[in-house]
Amino acid sequence: MSQVTMTVNGKEMSGDAEGRTLLSQFLRETLGLTGTHVGCDTSQCGACVVHVDGVAVKSCTMLAMEAEGASVDTIEGQAAQDGTLNALQQAFQDHHGLQCGFCTPGMIMSAADLLKSNPNPTEAEVRHHLEGNICRCTGYHNIVKAIMAASGQDVSSIAAE
Amino acid sequence: MYNFDFEKPSTIADAVSALGTEDAQALGGGQTLLPTMKQRLASPSKLVSLKGIAEMQGICTGDDGALCIGGATTHADVAAGAGAYAGLAGLAAGIGDPAVRARGTIGGSLANNDPAACYPAGALASGATIVTNAREIAADDYFQGMFTTALDEGEIITEVRFPVPEASNYQKFEQPASRFALVGVFVAKFADGVRVAVTGASEDGVFRWSEAEAALSGNFSADAIVDMAPGADGMISDLHGTAAYRAHLVGVLTRRAVAAALSLPT
Amino acid sequence: MPKDSGIGASPKRREDVRFLSGTGNYTDDIQVTGQAYVHFLRSDVAHAKINGLNLDAASAMPGVVKIFTGADFEGVGGIPCGWQVTDRHGEPMQEPAHPVLAQGKVRYVGDQIAAVVAETLEQARDAAEAIEVDLEELPAVVDMKAALAEGATKVHDDLTSNLCYDWGFVEENKPAVDAAFEAAAHVTTLELRNNRLVANPMEPRVAIGDFNRATGESTLYTTSQNPHVIRLLMGAFVLGIPEHKLRVVAPDVGGGFGTKIFHYAEEAFCTFAAKALNRPVKWTSTRSEAFISDAHGRDHVTKIELALDADNNFTALRTDTYANMGAYLSTFAPSVPTWLHGTLMAGNYKTPLIYVNVKAVFTNTVPVDAYRGAGRPEATYQLERVIDKAARELGVDPIALRRQNFITEFPYATPVAVEYDTGDYHGTMDALEKMADLSGFEARRKESEARGKLRGFGVNCYIEACGIAPSNLVGQLGARAGLYESATVRVNATGGIVVMTGSHSHGQGHETSFPQVIAEMIGIDESMVEIEHGDTANTPMGMGTYGSRSIAVGGSAMVRATEKIIAKAKKIAAHLMEAAEADIELKDGAFSVAGTDKSVAWGDVTLAAYVPHNYPLEDIEPGLEETAFYDPANFTYPSGAYACEVEVDPDTGKVTIEAFNAADDFGNIINPMIVDGQVHGGIGQGIGQALLENAAYDENGQLLSASYMDYAMPRASDVPFYGVDHSSQTPCTHNPLGVKGCGEAGAIGSPPAVVNAVVDALRSGGHDIHHIDMPVSPSRVWQAMNG
Ligand SMILES: Cc1cc2nc3c(=O)[nH]c(=O)nc-3n(C[C@H](O)[C@H](O)[C@H](O)COP(=O)(O)OP(=O)(O)OC[C@H]3O[C@@H](n4cnc5c(N)ncnc54)[C@H](O)[C@@H]3O)c2cc1C
Ligand code: FES
Ligand code: FES
Repeated sequence: MSQVTMTVNGKEMSGDAEGRTLLSQFLRETLGLTGTHVGCDTSQCGACVVHVDGVAVKSCTMLAMEAEGASVDTIEGQAAQDGTLNALQQAFQDHHGLQCGFCTPGMIMSAADLLKSNPNPTEAEVRHHLEGNICRCTGYHNIVKAIMAASGQDVSSIAAE
Repeated sequence: MYNFDFEKPSTIADAVSALGTEDAQALGGGQTLLPTMKQRLASPSKLVSLKGIAEMQGICTGDDGALCIGGATTHADVAAGAGAYAGLAGLAAGIGDPAVRARGTIGGSLANNDPAACYPAGALASGATIVTNAREIAADDYFQGMFTTALDEGEIITEVRFPVPEASNYQKFEQPASRFALVGVFVAKFADGVRVAVTGASEDGVFRWSEAEAALSGNFSADAIVDMAPGADGMISDLHGTAAYRAHLVGVLTRRAVAAALSLPT
Repeated sequence: MPKDSGIGASPKRREDVRFLSGTGNYTDDIQVTGQAYVHFLRSDVAHAKINGLNLDAASAMPGVVKIFTGADFEGVGGIPCGWQVTDRHGEPMQEPAHPVLAQGKVRYVGDQIAAVVAETLEQARDAAEAIEVDLEELPAVVDMKAALAEGATKVHDDLTSNLCYDWGFVEENKPAVDAAFEAAAHVTTLELRNNRLVANPMEPRVAIGDFNRATGESTLYTTSQNPHVIRLLMGAFVLGIPEHKLRVVAPDVGGGFGTKIFHYAEEAFCTFAAKALNRPVKWTSTRSEAFISDAHGRDHVTKIELALDADNNFTALRTDTYANMGAYLSTFAPSVPTWLHGTLMAGNYKTPLIYVNVKAVFTNTVPVDAYRGAGRPEATYQLERVIDKAARELGVDPIALRRQNFITEFPYATPVAVEYDTGDYHGTMDALEKMADLSGFEARRKESEARGKLRGFGVNCYIEACGIAPSNLVGQLGARAGLYESATVRVNATGGIVVMTGSHSHGQGHETSFPQVIAEMIGIDESMVEIEHGDTANTPMGMGTYGSRSIAVGGSAMVRATEKIIAKAKKIAAHLMEAAEADIELKDGAFSVAGTDKSVAWGDVTLAAYVPHNYPLEDIEPGLEETAFYDPANFTYPSGAYACEVEVDPDTGKVTIEAFNAADDFGNIINPMIVDGQVHGGIGQGIGQALLENAAYDENGQLLSASYMDYAMPRASDVPFYGVDHSSQTPCTHNPLGVKGCGEAGAIGSPPAVVNAVVDALRSGGHDIHHIDMPVSPSRVWQAMNG
């Protein structure tokens, strides 16, 4: 065991980790930040996506020790201090972009990553960017719509609310 | 996962010496190694991260015009930074998903030499040179069958040098589940001839399709290889496609790659 | 003008706030102080005798608390099956024992051999690797027809064969059906497979057992769609714990789709071990483990025949199905290919004579049970595929052939024992034709052809029976449980309401839609109503969520309880206003006396109920809390028409979905936004089944698609935006809300539309193809085109 320190959602946090401790495990079990989910063991579902130094990564496929000294952003840090949802979160609620909520943290973190580099994505770009995020509930319709809406696009003509 | 020690050296020399420990293994982006370890299919005593080594990062152009990519450069960085070699940038942009591309590295992909991986096709078709801490290996000598390469124990890929062709393109037909290449074809047209490398298809891993190379070197157009496909012998047959289907796809994708190479910049 | 609250409005979902901010409470998020971890050693062969287990080395490994094997469970009950099917000859099905941990034999890859409890999960895994297992491999039976062949290896030695049951429905109709085929002007025959699927809710299953020695109470936290059912099955049949000593909690659950209905061995194990070890025991499934331990779905092999007269009227239908049960009977497995499948074979059509035969077969594979739609997708798929084939053989328009045979008069008693209360099949088809822009199809096809692609259009209808269901009826059909639902409505002194429902939400949004109903009934703001579900300690006994039953059955229970509340509140209001009870009206959250301007607010009445100073104590008790159990009179029968437009790349065989439209009739709709979402999700899964998903076994019983590397899950790029319409609404006649249920429609209605469209595309390219089995993968399409 050794100590790992990182800045999580703007706060410096430390905890013990083994070599094999995954970042997802460290966040969930050591720091108690259970908003980051684990939905697979082959690095494919994206429920675990967080940002490390501003870049979206699968926290189940990164060692906690690799994040030593890094700045890590998770779903818990997305809303304002008073709990007000950010624009992307709000768009997911407005457009029913989630059902069971299990894929949602990863979806939000991946979508935020997209909007940072592409503030006005097309439908195809959104779908392509979500290649590594699986949702079993929504059929993706409202997720794609929510992301486009969050980018300020008019989604009212997209079939059915 | 079995437990292991973790080290993150900042020079190639330190990494090489850290890898001297028995059963130590290099860790690139971990996008292949960590899932493998979760299945308990690998049990290194120590992982040596290459991510802290500045000299293994980034892309530059060599004196001979070749594109030099540091062994620990991520797929995302190649996708964004290899504009001088659009075919290769396109290949990198199509690997996995954004989070995988943010971590996975060219060195890791080439060292792993998954029979369905994309980079091996790019490196082989380009006639790239794999530079390690110890030597330089020509791509033609480097790939030695599924998951097998010329690398020695503890040897690390520090750089990969790609001669830049006049025209090139990579066509990937995705396996529906993993989204790796069910078949991928990289076509590179150089002044002195055309190279065609195929991934995903063969039981022997990435290979050059010499028949198509010969035809295309004489006439670089899809018409030169109409109806041409490699034999189905030795092709992979599995849940996602028979050997005959894969052989057929090689022909289709090669024609598409040629057509795209002709209509797009290098 | 859309409403902004109450029934028919689409308020934003309140549960979203916690899910969007990472503060949901899923089972794996729960850490019970002192918990140990269990890892199950699972069989890696499909069929073997366990000759010996040597635990010595493993038990001595660091951190090991105890290793359990089948021997530890000898005095314990097996995992029960909740449904008994009676076969064609009046005999009960063959029902094998289903031990918590394997006893003597393993019967599928994934079967639990031993359970290692240790201080950490990795220690448990380490020790599991050190267990020496002496397995004597036996031949595996995988193919269903081979499993029934003379002399086939038996999955269960104590059964007479691998046949679970041979079911005929309706057996008495068989001679008449056969005669109708003799007399038919045209017979269309189709053989097909409904591919085996893995449900894959994104949250893997988790179980945590806890035991309190001081109270003798066991608690199980589990990822369940129906905690009360688990409490009953596990308590009564497996572990012998009475309900008052057993609490089952299913907190936020990350999707279910059927596979979290069933009672699993891991749940019983954790509950049992927590008591045996006097400490909490936690199990979290990995995805790899889920593939070989969650019950699978579908897996039917069918031959269907449709008889038509000279005017293209359907005269008879005959089917012959082999249904895979896997190695053991999962909780509701026997009901899926029978009562949830045979009773739906009439579909939307007035076919007068139907005979369904189903042989359920044991194989050395993971148990198969209900997956979204359960039986109804299998029925719909074969029926809608054979109708399409008939239309092509006869050279008639597939939509016209369907319309010609639609049932138009309701109620309608089918020849397969159910009575449809309402429906408007032309109505949904009209809506569909409008949405799908049929008239523009030829132009779109030409445009595709200009790009070297083939374009196809496929349509189908569906009917489902949901809102499961009348207890007396299902009891006659073999259910070993009732299928009512319950609700307790607790009104607090200041007027706020808490509803405790036996229903369960794992994505369906009960916390939002249920309050809409109560708010509408009383005329108060939805924010005054809170829903509690998922904990047997504070909810009345209920049967949970599946079979699209939450709003139809659970919602109806809540309505009944609320009606009782309103009746009592009116008595109180009458007293307060010194008026006759019969004159009291409730509107917009206030009670008034008809014809006067006298009124009291909702809050005044609720306060009076709990501060009964001025109160009719001689007539009624203080307090305002009511419970209702609702048992429906019939199933509900949602229906619809779906259309899919595909493009096929003839060079690679790749199919892309260009458009997907769905017109559904769900009766009345409480929350259109949530209903649309349910349809979208169902269509996504249906497209997944049609194009991508396949749980394939090799001949040795190894699951070939045992992870997302080989089991193709639909991604965002595989699907388009969907068109949905539910303007056609024929309310259910026998539940108080007039609702029909919408959770499974999409998954039932979409696969045939996709396959019909692919066949249409290929035929437009000159390929004489009538069928391709799902998943219609690129390689299969290419194979079909190239012989
Ligand atoms: C969801 C998902 C989708 C993917 N899709 C694709 C795809 O479409 N196409 C594709 O090609 N790949 C795909 N991959 C694989 C991905 O590209 C990996 O990044 C790559 O194969 C391995 O690179 P890595 O840096 O992550 O290596 P690691 O996983 O860290 O290591 C892999 C192996 O290489 C060794 N190694 C690492 N770096 C070096 C080095 N510099 N020198 C010598 N040895 C080294 C390691 O010891 C290990 O044996 C996918 C992966 C995932 C998780
Ligand atoms: S949990 Fe990380 S990708 Fe699935
Ligand atoms: S909302 Fe349930 S998996 Fe996406």
